[in-house]
Amino acid sequence: MAAELHVELVAADRSVWSGEATLVVARTTSGDIGVMPGHQPLLGVLESGPVTIRTSDGGTVVAAVHGGFISFADDKLSLLAEIAELSDEIDVQRAERALERAKSDADASAERRADVRLRAVSAH
Amino acid sequence: MGAQLRVYKRRIRSVTATKKITKAMEMIAASRVVKAQRKVAASTPYATELTRAVTAVGTGSNTRHPLTTEAETPTRAAVLLLTSDRGLAGAFNSNAIKAAEQLTARLEAEGKEVDTYIVGRRGLAHYNFRERKVVESWSGFTDEPTYADAKKVAGPLIEAIEKETAEGGVDELHIVYTEFVSMMTQSAVDGRLLPLRLEEVAEEVAPKGEILPLFDFEPSAEDVLDALLPRYVESRIYNAMLQSAASKHAATRRAMKSATDNAGDLINTLSRLANAARQAEITQEISEIVGGSAALADASAGSDR
Repeated sequence: MAAELHVELVAADRSVWSGEATLVVARTTSGDIGVMPGHQPLLGVLESGPVTIRTSDGGTVVAAVHGGFISFADDKLSLLAEIAELSDEIDVQRAERALERAKSDADASAERRADVRLRAVSAH
Repeated sequence: MGAQLRVYKRRIRSVTATKKITKAMEMIAASRVVKAQRKVAASTPYATELTRAVTAVGTGSNTRHPLTTEAETPTRAAVLLLTSDRGLAGAFNSNAIKAAEQLTARLEAEGKEVDTYIVGRRGLAHYNFRERKVVESWSGFTDEPTYADAKKVAGPLIEAIEKETAEGGVDELHIVYTEFVSMMTQSAVDGRLLPLRLEEVAEEVAPKGEILPLFDFEPSAEDVLDALLPRYVESRIYNAMLQSAASKHAATRRAMKSATDNAGDLINTLSRLANAARQAEITQEISEIVGGSAALADASAGSDR
């Protein structure tokens, strides 16, 4: 059996996803990082962006995280984010509308949030 | 119907209506407690993971940070008091306010100036009525606080603690909230949130001397701590707000339950009085009839003669 790591993706007010995975790719402030089982203990600051989880049954889970942390130790990986959404929870039309609105209002943080959501959907 | 009886009937009707209302409020509060408890449980994974991460940085590096550094002579402290927007919750708010006042008195005895921050209209009204200074206050979300609300509250507090004391900043941050122990027990507690004692946080995570692995920090321990500590404070405030909300609903439920019980007792007493009044009325009517017919009989017996 291939080595696995246990992933917990938690938002501030709920647990978003948890399960076994073979690879997790996330974007930290100093660049993309891929974590596989047996990685060195790691604690990093995440950028807003899509996180890709390759589950051990061959599927892929993509989630949009808005800031947060990645921590890995003993083959247990936690992704902490204030806001996190799975790509299939994201309402594309709504995100597109939000992006338009944010652009016209010149609201940089809302624009970034909507953009992250759309990127997570397209990465799926 | 006699006047007395009518008054009793009217009172019974009004108490019954009130009882219906308090009963409904009790049920609503009961369902909200469950919901609030569920929210507390849902926020726990994030809080635990965050605490673990803070411990990892705290024990894995010797980084100094304004949020963990104790001032040598603290001269000013901030107190954050969590109350509710609405009353009808028994002693819930007054207990929290009392705890805050005790804490304030203690801090002042230690020679610190106290800045008060308040969440909830009840606490604010208490302080405004006594014309005490409140630095900042928030309200409108105490029944169902969200993480965004916690962020809104934490922002100015973190700002205040990072500022130099001479420029109006504070050295310490204390929080007063109502801890949800169980459905029947909620107690007002106070605790120091900042500066953070990393050793205490570590004990919370690994009480049995569990050794945390040596972490690789990305980008660096300082940057991680910089990003981590404000989130930690926010998550603690969020947890306190959720517990306070759950406690408020539990207190409301209890207060409304005793109001409903009292209304029931009152209805019983009033029904007995009404029954007695009705009986008295009937007795009086009978004695009037008997007396009247006896008088008639007497009169006719007299005219026969």
